[in-house]
Amino acid sequence: MSDQATLEVRNLQTHFFTKAGVVKAVDDVSFSVGKGKILGLVGESGSGKTVTGFSILGLVDEPGRVVGGEILYRGENLVGASQERMRQLRGNNIAMIFQDPMMTLNPVLRIDTQMIEAIKAHQKVSDDEARQRCRDALGQVGIPAPEERLKSYPHQFSGGMRQRVAIAIALLNKPELIVADEPTTALDVTIQGQILYEVQKLCAETGTAMIWITHDLSVVAGLADEVAVMYAGRVVESGEVDGVLDAPQHPYTAGLIGSVPSRNARGKRLQQIPGMTPSLLNLPVGCAFKTRCSYSTPVCEAAPVLSEVAGGRQVRCHHPLATEAV
Amino acid sequence: MTVFVIRRLLQAALVVLIMSLLVFGGVFLVGDPVEMLVADDADQAEREMMIKSMGLDLPFYLQYLRFIGNALQGDMGNSFVFQESAMHLIAERMPATFELAFAALFIAVVLGIPLGIYAGLNANSWISKTIMTSSILGFSLPTFWVGIMMILFFAVIMGWLPSSGRGDTVNVFGIPISLLTLDGLSHMLLPAVNLALFKLSMVIRLARAGTREVVHQDYIKFARAKGLSDTRIIGVHLFKNIMIPVVTVLGLEFGGLVAFSVVTETVFAWPGMGKLLIDSINFLDRPVIVAYLMFVVVLFVCINLIVDVLYSVLDPRVRLQEMKS
Repeated sequence: MSDQATLEVRNLQTHFFTKAGVVKAVDDVSFSVGKGKILGLVGESGSGKTVTGFSILGLVDEPGRVVGGEILYRGENLVGASQERMRQLRGNNIAMIFQDPMMTLNPVLRIDTQMIEAIKAHQKVSDDEARQRCRDALGQVGIPAPEERLKSYPHQFSGGMRQRVAIAIALLNKPELIVADEPTTALDVTIQGQILYEVQKLCAETGTAMIWITHDLSVVAGLADEVAVMYAGRVVESGEVDGVLDAPQHPYTAGLIGSVPSRNARGKRLQQIPGMTPSLLNLPVGCAFKTRCSYSTPVCEAAPVLSEVAGGRQVRCHHPLATEAV
Repeated sequence: MTVFVIRRLLQAALVVLIMSLLVFGGVFLVGDPVEMLVADDADQAEREMMIKSMGLDLPFYLQYLRFIGNALQGDMGNSFVFQESAMHLIAERMPATFELAFAALFIAVVLGIPLGIYAGLNANSWISKTIMTSSILGFSLPTFWVGIMMILFFAVIMGWLPSSGRGDTVNVFGIPISLLTLDGLSHMLLPAVNLALFKLSMVIRLARAGTREVVHQDYIKFARAKGLSDTRIIGVHLFKNIMIPVVTVLGLEFGGLVAFSVVTETVFAWPGMGKLLIDSINFLDRPVIVAYLMFVVVLFVCINLIVDVLYSVLDPRVRLQEMKS
């Protein structure tokens, strides 16, 4: 199959077995991302985006566990794969960029140490060659004077520079999939713009598939090809990015879009989704969004299923909004 | 960096000076060495002569100034008892104590760090709980009691190890070393373990606390996301971070090991400085007591200095701040 997706996630369930009960952080999440494509994974804090990302890399910590579903990387199921197999894939085939650049680099190790070890974990190469590749990767993400910078420690870099280093580390082994967990959230907007531009260019050039986890719809609008909206551990709506953002069908997606401040609505009250994200320990029966949804009816006591409404467009709702427009 | 070192050296000199006053004054107040040293049947004239010959008839400040003057020339006075230079006596006993202290430190580090890391990584396993409970015992049982129990069990009941003394030694550059002979090692094992117990418990706790904190940091997860092996993550990424507090505390505690090996040395009749101190206190041998205490003060000051420098080697962030200062 030549058009096989780089990554396909099917009905993924990741639960945390805490003393207070089972937290269903990710409960029935499915999506796929193809070569050179960028998938935006959108949702509020606590909606399970990050846990989904960690599940793909097999980095879910105790007491969490992937309890169901499949994660197919080029057809190979990663759920239940051996620790050693996951280690081989991590950083080599599947790389991850974390949210907070101030925390992702080890403060007591030099940048070259942290970069070269990432290459040597997967390939037998000489020090000189590894160093050369590190220099190239730093140059690729726009770090000036990479040779000198290699000898620096993380605290000698600014936040934006550190995130560039982290991205360079993710790129080192030319992975086929990058999971980026809100990598620009901690950065200021100009740096964010530069990094987004470079990431987009990179995916197009190298055919790297990317999952971009964010809560920022404006980033998704400019960057992603497809989008999956998560709420309380479930995908509630997914599809082409333009379709979903222009004509959301799930009331939650519509609410999210509505709450983005707009320049045209100056002086007006900002819209918000009423209520709070429900505790994952104690989700409402049926549709998890029904307590905050103005369209909810008694039907919503039964859990809706994710169903295809139009070409590639999926919605998990008993009352999908009219397709025409918002 | 140079400015930093010079400033530290000046501070150190001041500390030593103040301590010398306290130590000398303190010892001056305690007991009358003449009573201990003069033969019972000595007459008044002999007593007077004794006092004069030891300079004990002078007022305190003159005695102190004379002491400082001599000390600056490296002379801490002669022992009342042995009629030998106090510094020489201490220097003679020093190798035995240092050897014991190093052995104890070695045991504490080599056992403590792996055990602590293990307990930190597997906090809920019963092995970790056993390690942590044992470390509480290590903290709270008095050293002398543990020492006596060790002698009772290993030397008296089982007869495996000798109970006291230093055993055979080998001279290396004129310094007698027990570590290099089998007999010396067997003599050293019990006192070294005894002295190490407290530090071992502390290293375990420090390493465990450090591990528990560091292991949840993003940079550890990022290291895993790079596909590094567990060995490298624990051996490099985790290890270097938890070593910062361990080195600080251990450095300071090494002085403590040397200074307070008194108890262990007494229990195991280890011929080191600690035993010399106890003997000197019993005889009120002022010059030796003062020389020993001053030696310990200088030792602590030096160790503090070394730890500061080492710290900056381990933690690059400290290096930067010092450059600025």
